[in-house]
Amino acid sequence: MSDPVSGISRADVAHLADLARISLSDEELDHLASELPAILEHVRVVQDAAGDDVEPMSHPLPISNVFRDDEVRESLSAEDALAAAPASEQQRFLVPRILGDEQ
Amino acid sequence: MTDLIRATAEELSRRLAAGEVTSVELTQAYVDRISAVDGEVHAFLHVDADGALATAADVDARRAAGEELHPLAGVPVAVKDVITTRGVPTTAGSRILEGWVPPYDATVTTRLRAAGLPILGKTNMDEFAMGSSTEHSGYGPTRNPWDTGRIPGGSGGGSAAAVAAFEAPLAVGTDTGGSIRQPGAMTGTVGVKPTYGGVSRYGLIALASSLDQAGPVTRSVLDAALLHEVIAGHDPCDSTSIDQPVPPVVEAARRADVQGLRIGVVRELGGEGFDPDVSARFDESLALLEGAGAEIVEVSCPSFVNALAAYYLILPSEASSNLAKFDAMRYGLRVAPDGVDAPSAEQVMAASRDAGFGDEVKRRIILGTYALSSGYYEAYYGSAQKVRTLIAQDFAAAFEQADVLASPTSPTTAFPFGDKLDDPLAMYAQDVATIPANLAGVPGLSLPSGLASDGLPTGFQLLAPAMADDRLYNAGAALERLLEEKWGGTILAQAPALEEAR
Repeated sequence: MSDPVSGISRADVAHLADLARISLSDEELDHLASELPAILEHVRVVQDAAGDDVEPMSHPLPISNVFRDDEVRESLSAEDALAAAPASEQQRFLVPRILGDEQ
Repeated sequence: MTDLIRATAEELSRRLAAGEVTSVELTQAYVDRISAVDGEVHAFLHVDADGALATAADVDARRAAGEELHPLAGVPVAVKDVITTRGVPTTAGSRILEGWVPPYDATVTTRLRAAGLPILGKTNMDEFAMGSSTEHSGYGPTRNPWDTGRIPGGSGGGSAAAVAAFEAPLAVGTDTGGSIRQPGAMTGTVGVKPTYGGVSRYGLIALASSLDQAGPVTRSVLDAALLHEVIAGHDPCDSTSIDQPVPPVVEAARRADVQGLRIGVVRELGGEGFDPDVSARFDESLALLEGAGAEIVEVSCPSFVNALAAYYLILPSEASSNLAKFDAMRYGLRVAPDGVDAPSAEQVMAASRDAGFGDEVKRRIILGTYALSSGYYEAYYGSAQKVRTLIAQDFAAAFEQADVLASPTSPTTAFPFGDKLDDPLAMYAQDVATIPANLAGVPGLSLPSGLASDGLPTGFQLLAPAMADDRLYNAGAALERLLEEKWGGTILAQAPALEEAR
């Protein structure tokens, strides 16, 4: 991909769309490729805003792991969990093939 | 019934307790109001009249049997469509979830049900809460009850418009960068984003997990406090839920005393870029508070100028990750790509996400994917996280000088549809004053401060330290009382009447 200073090309957008699993149309790619550079230009100020000594903050609160007692309790039934599935079979999600011809 | 639907939730609660009205009568009055005006306003994506009336009948029966009930039992509520409701469709404003009926309740929903609030339905929003106008809803925009040619704010424009149009006395919203507070400012209503971790996120369809927070949308500060108490509190189902008592928000809203309170005006959240009328109403509100004994001080939060930029890296990054779950495999839309025989799961996924997501969602997923890419992570996401630290430090320093901070909620009044749709950066700038609170996790409240010369409401924002939400309600209720004395009534009494369909 292009370097962070010079922005983002149409090919970059196509690659990102592929990574994000969205099959964008040519029109959408053109549009985003024209729009994203301005947004990136705007957000780039963060690169000079903080010195190396500033710790990054991922979250407003200190995060610690939360455990519960290992006890059996109610959960969704298989029927409920599958109720909104696009397709299901024998209490399982039915999905399209996951391997390609070459695999 | 007009006086009934225009009453505050607190007043309705008293009338229900006194037996002057039943919950079924009240709920039916709101269902009728929705039928009469929602064709125009489009605040609701789904109305659950049967479910609401069943809850109302149950509450009435329990009241008749002498059971002790929650004060808000029987007072109807509307819920933003990003919060799951078992058995009632939940779409988050997205076509990818069209017709999805969740198999479980969000904790917020569970608490509303436990307190006996009939749920009128689900309110419209920008798709996955990405937007400031509801124009990004997959189901068409909500119209501002003050002027139906204008936006009601967003993402929670549906909840705000429902309350402003008297289609519900109470509503729940969610706020990731201002989605409760900015619509409050646009519609002359009250909206509160509680402290991050104050209200459980379990069952909220996540936009940005480190920023999202649900909160009340109402017509008065006291009503917001009453609803806040219902939905807040520790929840073991949310690992970021704070295990501490809920701040005494209702008591604070009833106190409404700013004598000796230090109110810090944030220099960076005003002036240039803010409409003169918005600034004028803000200054007048400050003068009222000062007259009531508050001490006004100026504070500086220099890193707030970078908040918008940091937010538009952190939010897309978290959103691109959160929205990866819409993969067309377990629930939601599944479409096959055109012209492909026996498509693979990956091809189906990509085609479904293209068909189901709208433009703004795609824009932010691509931006987030970029910001998180190898080689760019440090330069973008990493740098934004450092700015976040600086913003939290600015808040900490400011709260040494002031008990609460104040600013206009939004730089403008409600704008006409289409005004900012082709300019994402102009749309994003709507949230310039609300975003810092989300980045730092502190609570914020917006209440109406008056009308601009265009006749549209302006908003006044208060901010407080984490878990000091009660300070917002104390100062907010004081200002509300002072303003209503000046106006001779509520701001919504000044709104033009909506035409009722027959």
